[in-house]
Amino acid sequence: MNKVVSGADEAIRDITDGATLMLGGFGLCGLPENCIAALVKKGVKQLTCISNNAGVDDFGIGLMLKQRQVKKMISSYVGENAEFERQLLSGELEVELIPQGTLATRCMAAGYGMPAIFTPAGIGTEVAEGKEVRNFNGKDYLMELAFDADFAIVKAWKGDTMGNLVYRSTARNFNPVMAMAGKVTIAEVEELVEPGQLDPDHIHTPGIYVHRIFKGVNYEKRIEHKTVRSRTE
Amino acid sequence: MLDKQGIAKRIAKEIKDGYYVNLGIGIPTLVANYIPDTMDVVLQSENGLLGMGPFPFEGEEDPDTINAGKQTITMLPGSAIFDSAMSFGMIRAKKVNLTILGAMEVSENGDIANWKIPGKMVKGMGGAMDLVASAENIIVAMQHVNKAGESKLLPQCTLPLTGVRCVKKIVTELGVFDVLPEGCFKLLERAPGVSVEEIKQATAGKLIIEGDVPEISLIY
Repeated sequence: MNKVVSGADEAIRDITDGATLMLGGFGLCGLPENCIAALVKKGVKQLTCISNNAGVDDFGIGLMLKQRQVKKMISSYVGENAEFERQLLSGELEVELIPQGTLATRCMAAGYGMPAIFTPAGIGTEVAEGKEVRNFNGKDYLMELAFDADFAIVKAWKGDTMGNLVYRSTARNFNPVMAMAGKVTIAEVEELVEPGQLDPDHIHTPGIYVHRIFKGVNYEKRIEHKTVRSRTE
Repeated sequence: MLDKQGIAKRIAKEIKDGYYVNLGIGIPTLVANYIPDTMDVVLQSENGLLGMGPFPFEGEEDPDTINAGKQTITMLPGSAIFDSAMSFGMIRAKKVNLTILGAMEVSENGDIANWKIPGKMVKGMGGAMDLVASAENIIVAMQHVNKAGESKLLPQCTLPLTGVRCVKKIVTELGVFDVLPEGCFKLLERAPGVSVEEIKQATAGKLIIEGDVPEISLIY
C-alpha cells in the first residue's frame, strides 16, 4: 500500500481541463501550496474549484484565478481577493457561494457515502432557491447534496507512506473532510514517515481515503493577518 | 454615544459563566477583551478551534494557528482542534451558547442581512448563515445607521438575507434593543448622552419604549 509519488507534478499528472477539484485550507492556512504551484505551471483550465476561500491576489487559488484557470468557484467567503471580485462582477467567473458549514458537511457526506444532508443554513434566503425543503420536528431544513469531486487536494502536517495523515493546529480545517471526499485524493505533507511512526490513535485521516502522497517543499505558509500583542501588556 | 470598544464592553455583559461563545469578525472580536477573568468562558472559532486565546507576542505568531478572521492567535490550556464539519456540527447541535456577529441590516422581526450588496460587494456568507440558522442566542453588534445616514434597524431588510427571525438582541452606539417575537425593537438601554428622541429618529423599524429608559452601564 505504498502511495508515495515523487512530487506535486506527478501527483497532479492526470488532472486535465474541466476537472472538479477540492482544495483544502481556510484562508491561507493549511493550503496545498505545492500542488497549487504545479497546477499553475501545468496551466490546466476550465477548472471547477471547491474551496472555502479563493486565496489572495498573489497566493493560494488567487494564483490560478490570475491565469484564468478557474471556470467556477464554489466557496463560502471570497472577500480577500480583488481579482476574484473583479472577475465575478464582470461575469468572467462563475461563482456559487454557499454557507461554510454546508460546504464542509457536503464534503463529509461524500466521504461518508451519504447522498445528501439536511441543514437549516440558508432557509429563507437566496441559498434556498430551487432546493428541496423538509420539515423535521417543526423546523425547516434544506436538502444539500454531497459533493462529487474528481480530485481532492489536501495539505497535512505529517503523513506515512500508506497515506495516513495528521494535521497541525487550525491548519486542519477543511483538509480532513475534503480528503475523504475525492474520487482521487492527493495529500502533500511537511513530513513523510514510514508506517508505524504515526500513532494509530492519533491518525486524523486514515490512509484508505488517500491515493497519492508526497513530501512538499518550500512551504511559505503566508500569514494573511498578522496580529500580535506587545510584551508590556 | 458608545464607540466600538463601548459596544464590545456592553455586549460582554451578556456573557455568562460557563458559556461557549462564537465571536464574529469586527466589533464582536473586541468582546473577548472585556470578558472578566473570573468567568469561565470558552471561545469557539468556526475554522476549528475551542479555547481561542489572545494574539501572540511579536515573533511567536504561528501561521497554522489562526481564527475565523484569519488573524494569528494563541490557544489557551484545554483547547481543542477539530475539522470544519465538526465545527459546524457543534453549532448546528446548539452546543455553542451565544453567537455575536455584525450586520448590515436587521429587521423588526429579527431577520438579518450581512453578506451581500447586489452589484457592489460580494464577499460571501462564510459561517454566518450556519450560525444564525442554528444558534438560539444571537446578539448583533453594529452601527445604528449606515454610511449614508440611513437606519439599519428596519421594518424589513432590503439586502439579501442571511437568516430569518433569528436576532434576539442588538447593541449599537446608541443603545441596547431586544427584538421581540411579535415583530418590533424594544429599547432597553440608551447610550450615555443619547436621548430617546435621537434613538427614535435613527430607528426606521417599529420601536417600543416603556417608561424611563436607563443609561447603559459599562461597569460590572
